[in-house]
Amino acid sequence: MSAAAHSVVEPGLTSKRVAGAIVILYAVITMVPLFWIFATSFKTPPDSIAYPPKILFEPSIEGYCNLFTTRTRQTAEYIASLPPATSFCDETTRKRNMVIAGQSNFLPRFVNSLIIAFGSTFCAVFLGTLAAYGFSRFKVPLADDLLFFILSTRMMPPIAVAIPIYLMYRELGLSDTALGMILLYTAVNVSLAVWLLKGFIDEIPREYEEAAMIDGYTRMGAFFKVVLPQATTGIAATAIFCLIFAWNEYAFAALLTSGTAQTAPPFIPTIIGEGGQDWPAVAAGTTIFLVPILVFTILLRKQLLRGITFGAVRK
Amino acid sequence: MTDSQSSVLDRTAERLAAATPVPLARKVRGLSDKGLAWLFITPTMLLLLAINIFPLIWAIYLSFTNYRANRPNEIVKNVGLSNYQRILGDQDIWIAMQATAHFVFWTIALQTLIGFTLAYLIDRKFRGHAFWTTVILVPMMLSPAVVGNFWRFLYQPQIGLFAYAVSFFTGISPTEIEMLSNVHLAPWAIIIVDTWMWTPYVMLICLAGLRSIPDYIYEAAEVDRASHWRQLWSITLPMALPFIMLAVLFRGIENFKMFDMVNLLTGGGPGSTTEVASITLKREAFEKWRTGYSSAFAIILFVAVFGLANIYVKVLNRVKNR
Repeated sequence: MSAAAHSVVEPGLTSKRVAGAIVILYAVITMVPLFWIFATSFKTPPDSIAYPPKILFEPSIEGYCNLFTTRTRQTAEYIASLPPATSFCDETTRKRNMVIAGQSNFLPRFVNSLIIAFGSTFCAVFLGTLAAYGFSRFKVPLADDLLFFILSTRMMPPIAVAIPIYLMYRELGLSDTALGMILLYTAVNVSLAVWLLKGFIDEIPREYEEAAMIDGYTRMGAFFKVVLPQATTGIAATAIFCLIFAWNEYAFAALLTSGTAQTAPPFIPTIIGEGGQDWPAVAAGTTIFLVPILVFTILLRKQLLRGITFGAVRK
Repeated sequence: MTDSQSSVLDRTAERLAAATPVPLARKVRGLSDKGLAWLFITPTMLLLLAINIFPLIWAIYLSFTNYRANRPNEIVKNVGLSNYQRILGDQDIWIAMQATAHFVFWTIALQTLIGFTLAYLIDRKFRGHAFWTTVILVPMMLSPAVVGNFWRFLYQPQIGLFAYAVSFFTGISPTEIEMLSNVHLAPWAIIIVDTWMWTPYVMLICLAGLRSIPDYIYEAAEVDRASHWRQLWSITLPMALPFIMLAVLFRGIENFKMFDMVNLLTGGGPGSTTEVASITLKREAFEKWRTGYSSAFAIILFVAVFGLANIYVKVLNRVKNR
């Protein structure tokens, strides 16, 4: 296309500037709640509930201290009798007439989130890659019906699935176990994995494998030596989407886990301090929880569209 | 694999394919393909059967009983269709369906309007548009539960940032802006958070739609001296429509199932003003422990969503075939 022809539809400078200004304004407003989470995590509890809301404040890591510890109230005499505080957290806690009693449950819950998210992602991508290859390359009877069946499992409301799963897990002893959650998240994610990966594998020309097979590779060998290396980007993008789903999931986790296998999303809202929710600690937990997703979103931005539409829209 | 390698492979393949007698080639290529296909697909199917289909069948069975999960030793009675009959006559269920409809309608209306407008503006390709697009996309990737929980803080009547901002612009006392405890405001509180989170989703799909419109159509319109509004109505909107519809269907299905964000923000309250279908289902199943009754409701919801999914696939195919 010639440059002159293109300039006909190229928007004018004013229209570009106005469009830019509106979009940037929207982006800034949309970031305010996230900025507020971040800012609140560095406030002291009194600062966090000040009126009017404090935009400028003296930063403190008290929220992070409270997130990782449990504290008990003590008398001033008892606190005075203690040896000098050894850490910043010790000191801030004592200023509030409390002492650190132990570790909070945040770290174990965060570790549960990591185990369950990575475990289920690995399983879903492993199964999904095999199934996607099967659907992409072989004539499977009723392939369209099976693919629709795989997708339709994603259409059920999570609570509707949770009722029988709750009963089934109770019978099998899988309630509140990491294994149970990994199985469940794998089943939910495998539908996304199959649909996305089928799209990616469809884009790899069949001739590559056929050539490899003529060169003496078996079908299996061609799959490992030719298809998998070509599909790396797609597999990585799919894995990140599965990881984000499992990381963010709340409904199943809230209903099916209560203690040992509880993940961070149902735990964070339960963080309470004295006299209600400890907002700086909640904000600190939220910040720590969100940062990995922010990183992944930036990594994924080119594949985002495909991932959120189950591969229905590709750029 | 580099291009030169692949073209070498291509050529090798062509030459070999031409040189190899057909039966032998077919034999090599088709070796146990069928077995391999099933080997690859079966594990996924088995997992879905165990975790999705078997529980679904169980739920169908339970929906015909008066089973209560908190009393496992009680004798289970078959009650026939009475659970279904009671649901259709249950006032609470109808209130929940109304709350769901209100929520789904307004979230989709707002998200489509704002999302399309943003996509249209981003498509002006101002400087830095790629960066700002990524910024806008962030909220939809975050956990609705964890972020929804934090919105509870933003919505606090006096100390919350939202109430403060509203009172700053309107002059209403910040103590009166009770987004979560006022029966008129609470339904809008959840709509605002959902719109904040998911407008980027609609925007991204609309943007793909706008970018799929070839330049030459606009060039022809310019030659015909069609105004910008005329171009928007006659070219942009009709051509982006399949994408907009796709976004609407995806959001519709997701918001019909909405649970996490609403559960943390309002828990269905005040009263039952924000009690969307999933919240009712949770209350029936895991608070009142009416397992049989809630299973019947779950089946009804599933059939409804499945109907929507069918429409979705039909639309998807129509979009593909254009």
